[in-house]
Amino acid sequence: MRAYLSIIKIRFNLLLQYRVAAIAGIITQFFFGMIFVMVLHGFYSSTSKPMPINFHSAATYIWIGQAMLGMMPWNGDKEIQSLIRTGDVTYELIRPIDLYDYWFARAFALRTAPTFLRAIPLFTMALLLPKDYGMILPPNIFAFLAWIVTTFGALLISCTITNIINITTLYSISGEGIIRLLSAIVNLFSGLVVPLPLFPDKIRQILYLLPFNGLLNIPARFFTGDIPFNKLINYFGFQLIWAFILYVLGKWILKKKIKNIIVQGG
Amino acid sequence: MVILAKDLSKTYRIPRRKPGIINGLKSIVHREYDEILALDKVSFQIDEGELVGYIGPNEAGKSTTIKILSGILTPSSGECKVLGKIPYKDRINYVKDIGVVFGQRTQLWWDLPVIDSFELLKDIYKIPPKDYLKNKEELIEWLGLTNILNIPVRQLSLGQKMCCELAASLLHSPKVLFLDEPTIGLDAVSKLAVREFIKKINKERGVTIIITTHDMDDIETLCNRVIVIGRGQILSDGPLISLRNAVSKDRRLIIEIEEGDNGFNIEGTRLVNRDKNRLTIDFDPDIISPANLISILSTSYKIKDILIENPPIEEIIAKLYGRLNI
Repeated sequence: MRAYLSIIKIRFNLLLQYRVAAIAGIITQFFFGMIFVMVLHGFYSSTSKPMPINFHSAATYIWIGQAMLGMMPWNGDKEIQSLIRTGDVTYELIRPIDLYDYWFARAFALRTAPTFLRAIPLFTMALLLPKDYGMILPPNIFAFLAWIVTTFGALLISCTITNIINITTLYSISGEGIIRLLSAIVNLFSGLVVPLPLFPDKIRQILYLLPFNGLLNIPARFFTGDIPFNKLINYFGFQLIWAFILYVLGKWILKKKIKNIIVQGG
Repeated sequence: MVILAKDLSKTYRIPRRKPGIINGLKSIVHREYDEILALDKVSFQIDEGELVGYIGPNEAGKSTTIKILSGILTPSSGECKVLGKIPYKDRINYVKDIGVVFGQRTQLWWDLPVIDSFELLKDIYKIPPKDYLKNKEELIEWLGLTNILNIPVRQLSLGQKMCCELAASLLHSPKVLFLDEPTIGLDAVSKLAVREFIKKINKERGVTIIITTHDMDDIETLCNRVIVIGRGQILSDGPLISLRNAVSKDRRLIIEIEEGDNGFNIEGTRLVNRDKNRLTIDFDPDIISPANLISILSTSYKIKDILIENPPIEEIIAKLYGRLNI
């Protein structure tokens, strides 16, 4: 356990160094957030029908998505990808430590450190925006607590997906293809682009069953109070089950691959 | 016996790509594979405390052997045992007893000071704090790392980096050390430092070491025993001296003479090179003894200086490769 904590620590430390990337991320995410919210604003003001969630909830949902973007598994660990491409991955294989868990620890740092740097300024900006575009605070302390808990659940799902991306790089060397595919899936199915409650009924029912539902939709809707606090166990359970399934799946793929691994270059 | 390899074979399956777009498109649907035999029934035994050179041309199978012995690759057939364990089975339990340095790769965290990588390795290998401290101090002293520990790895020179890599691979006091081209790309001074250190580790800690290299000076200064591999097969295994004798018994005589070219034709000798007044002559000591040769030469030349040496190991190896048509 100590080893994994050390890995998280060293990686976290390293990622905190990338300040320019953080600033660039904040600016990009702010503009994306603005665009999504303005589009939503247009939709909401052009319809008189009741919507599944109200506008302020939807806008808050969007802002949470943008602020927590670094936590979404839309890319792999660049360092691991370069280790695999160059063959330096050999050194990972001579360590007396489970490779899956080792990479999971790295993924954990990758999904938390940059998010930490970006989320706080973005939340601050979104809260200061005019009421029609900004985010609203959670209705009560329980909604906030439920958001913290389910964000942790989202983190676990995100790390297991990130690790699967890392592992598939062992198959395709660059990992470029699977990342593009996954990036599109995660963007759409997690609710980053359009909040999941606004999807058509039938599609929505399927999306609610997928692991991507646990990445943004569940935490964001606890935050806005859209899902009541007493449902926390059900939703957190849903997240844990998916994280476990993806964990087992990733371990299995890795184990299968390691048996017939080929190391690139010399 | 610490290391045992018995009939180790490894076949790689590599997709065959023919040139051109049409063939590129074909390969999307149907892939053809080439089977490449990287190791062909390799067998050897290494005892505790030995320092063995493992040499061969590129593609000979050196790295493949090291990777199998260190548990990274699974052999296609055959068996191997290191420290009583089968490396590729129960890899995690096995690797804590070995150290590996790949000269062309890095295990240090590029953007962080060296010491951070050491601390992480301490936790990964679960080294008790006391042992770690003592061991680290010793390695730092032996390799002269005191002043570079706090510098990010990316700012170190190649030589400094290699010294840090060596220290990193020894922090957990492994009993066996695999060195895959540890002197590659280093300047003369760094090479000397690395060799000195390898010798010391072998002598003072009794670490069993296998070293692969293309630098024959490494072999000459470090190894009593040399295993030569080519095209996946072991070509020779034994002390450096018997490798020399097996390939060529020739010794080398270099003489400096005064003016004059009397030519020469002495049985059992061969003029390798003539550079103005400096003659390089190979001779077979079984046919003509050095004393005899010198006395014959001194009748026809005025000798100013004289030197007898072994032909450089590179030439021996080149001859061996040539003879075996590799």
